Amino acid sequence: MNTKTQTQSKTDSKQKVHVSGAEAVVKCLLEEGADLIYGYPGGAIMPVYDELYKYQDKINHVLTRHEQGATHAAQGFARATGKVGVAIATSGPGATNLITGIADAQIDSTPMVCITGQVTEHLLGSDAFQETDIVGISTPVTKWNYQITKASEIPEVFAKAFYIAKSGRPGPVLIDITKNAQFETFDFEYEKCTSIRSYKAKSKVNIEEVKEAAALINSAKKPMVVFGQGVILGEAEEGFKKFIEKTGIPSAWTILGLSALPTDHELNVGMVGMHGNYAPNKLTNECDLLIAVGMRFDDRVTGNLNTYAKQAKVIHFEIDPAEVDKNVKTDVAVLGDVKESLAEILPFVNKNSHENWLQEFRKLDAIEFDKVQKDDLYPTKEGLTMGEVLKEINNASGGDAVIVSDVGQHQMFACRYAKFNQTKSNITSGGLGTMGFALPAAIGAKMGVPNREVVMIAGDGGYQMTIQELGTILQTKAAVKIVVLNNEYLGMVRQWQQLFFDKRYASTEMTNPDFIAIAKGYSIEAKRVTKREDLESSIQEMMESKDAYFLEVCVEKENNVFPMIPTGASVSDIRLE
Amino acid sequence: MENRQTYTVSVYTENNVGLLNRISGIFLRRHINIESMNISKSEIKSVSRITLLVKVTEEQIKKIIGQIEKQVEVIKAYYHTDKDTIYQESCMFKLSSDLLMENDEIQTIINNSKSRVININKEFFVLEKSGTKEEIEELYRTLDKHGIMQFIRSGRIAITKDEMRISTLLSTNN
Repeated sequence: MNTKTQTQSKTDSKQKVHVSGAEAVVKCLLEEGADLIYGYPGGAIMPVYDELYKYQDKINHVLTRHEQGATHAAQGFARATGKVGVAIATSGPGATNLITGIADAQIDSTPMVCITGQVTEHLLGSDAFQETDIVGISTPVTKWNYQITKASEIPEVFAKAFYIAKSGRPGPVLIDITKNAQFETFDFEYEKCTSIRSYKAKSKVNIEEVKEAAALINSAKKPMVVFGQGVILGEAEEGFKKFIEKTGIPSAWTILGLSALPTDHELNVGMVGMHGNYAPNKLTNECDLLIAVGMRFDDRVTGNLNTYAKQAKVIHFEIDPAEVDKNVKTDVAVLGDVKESLAEILPFVNKNSHENWLQEFRKLDAIEFDKVQKDDLYPTKEGLTMGEVLKEINNASGGDAVIVSDVGQHQMFACRYAKFNQTKSNITSGGLGTMGFALPAAIGAKMGVPNREVVMIAGDGGYQMTIQELGTILQTKAAVKIVVLNNEYLGMVRQWQQLFFDKRYASTEMTNPDFIAIAKGYSIEAKRVTKREDLESSIQEMMESKDAYFLEVCVEKENNVFPMIPTGASVSDIRLE
Repeated sequence: MENRQTYTVSVYTENNVGLLNRISGIFLRRHINIESMNISKSEIKSVSRITLLVKVTEEQIKKIIGQIEKQVEVIKAYYHTDKDTIYQESCMFKLSSDLLMENDEIQTIINNSKSRVININKEFFVLEKSGTKEEIEELYRTLDKHGIMQFIRSGRIAITKDEMRISTLLSTNN
């Protein structure tokens, strides 16, 4: 790699030390502040593990029980802390097991650096033992990847990797290191990467675009904001709040935008999208100005694009130019970091309130409460609901917990009903919808923010996809609170089968093991709740536990998530039943 | 699909292993066939230039350019219609040397098509022509009846009428 043409960094002369490539890897991680990493050893990465052993007082390597778990733990860590998550694995199956987590991080813009061992250089392409073309395989799902074959490349490639993972729109990066490069010795010297000539992390905010956007905002009668994870990734929460408070604009969130704005903020009007709230979905098709902030108009948000907010002008605050006009045509795009663009626009927008317009949201909220939420949260029928479990978790956490959810019905209940007082508190697999994400992600989150309560919520299906990570909890003592909402079904798929496939429940019914026995097998305190009268006290007990705790809640088997926008329907055709 | 037309895509990149895979993957993922591709050095030292030909709608090509430019090692990508570029393709025909001896028509074809003989021996001769795809195809049709032993055509190479400003970009990104 040609240093001079590709990166330009500050040249602070540090002392060179003669080290092996493997030791250089660990030194690079320490230079980048990555002192908590997740991984799984194996043949082609053993030299690096040997150095991790020597550096164990400086760097905490957490052994997960599967490489996929390492990536999700790194993601959970990254989402809870805002730092770059690191996952490490060996070549071949170790490397391919990272792919689901990498793809998840790519679609959810999570900063992550993955390190894989690779067979020695002269064996490349020979179908050697545990050789796989991980650079080729990971290319479509990484922001950048690189294969190192010489030890001397390590410092620059690692510096670039961390810079690329974290800057601009964040994403996963993979570094593949051949075994010979890990053994080779060289003079180590580290310089952080601050720019790459072919890569523009973010655009400078264009003041003309800002003024145009402000003019639209100032003249709008029924403006609505939809914000996404860009607000969190850009650490723009305060600026965002100032912006909506000054303009008085009702603000809805995407699943990944959740927790950027406190739940009880008066302008927080709920979630958009397939299982979002009634009001913001309906009123998307009635607003006169739609202001998208750090979100990407995913199909689960927009429903049918041909009938999505056609009446409204659209402003898009976005860091990634490729997202502008990708799905929804914008009238004004404000490119750049949302923290900067929202700060720029603030002086140009008028102080305003949209009380009557806000009332329209409240009216629809009341309808949703009556038709859906009442039965979810305050059920009178026998059979526990997922909604009431969330209500009790809220009561116990006061909205201060990090909620890590898996994928499926429980995820929608968690996102719809969990309360949040602070940002970086909702961790879920939004874009990829990876079942099995929650348990390892919760471990990563808890280790990243050990002083916060981390409550993981999964279904009985997804929980079993990465259930082996209970071993990671056993070994690390990560005090994750595990809640499994057991309906003995793959509930979301079953719901679709019920609604769209004439109740043909193909392969969605599950015969489950004794989850309590399994948790106890890993020395985790465990309890099962089957009756409403035990729910509150059980959740209290779980929350009060200093250690990890497993709570199985046996919920009503065939409950559905509503509201719902059927695939291909318009957001305003949202169904309440 | 409505309003599909041929676009020449020019991508200025760092010359790194794997980048071609990244770029072709963008087309693969969208089920778009690449009609031709050429990779060469560019007017800027250490910067490569990839030239691609695709048949898509303007809306599609705009989004594709966005995805290409998003790649870390891509400096800049452009799309142009045929009228915005000066373009050429190159081709070679391997033909039997007997034709030169026995067939008067061949000499006329060579002259009229502005192609040239670049190699000749007892068994065969090689005819080279640069031009548009249409000109090359016309020559192919003319020669086909005489028996073509081998044929190959290069990807399109194109010079754009407007300025590329890559050097300016490289200095302002940092």
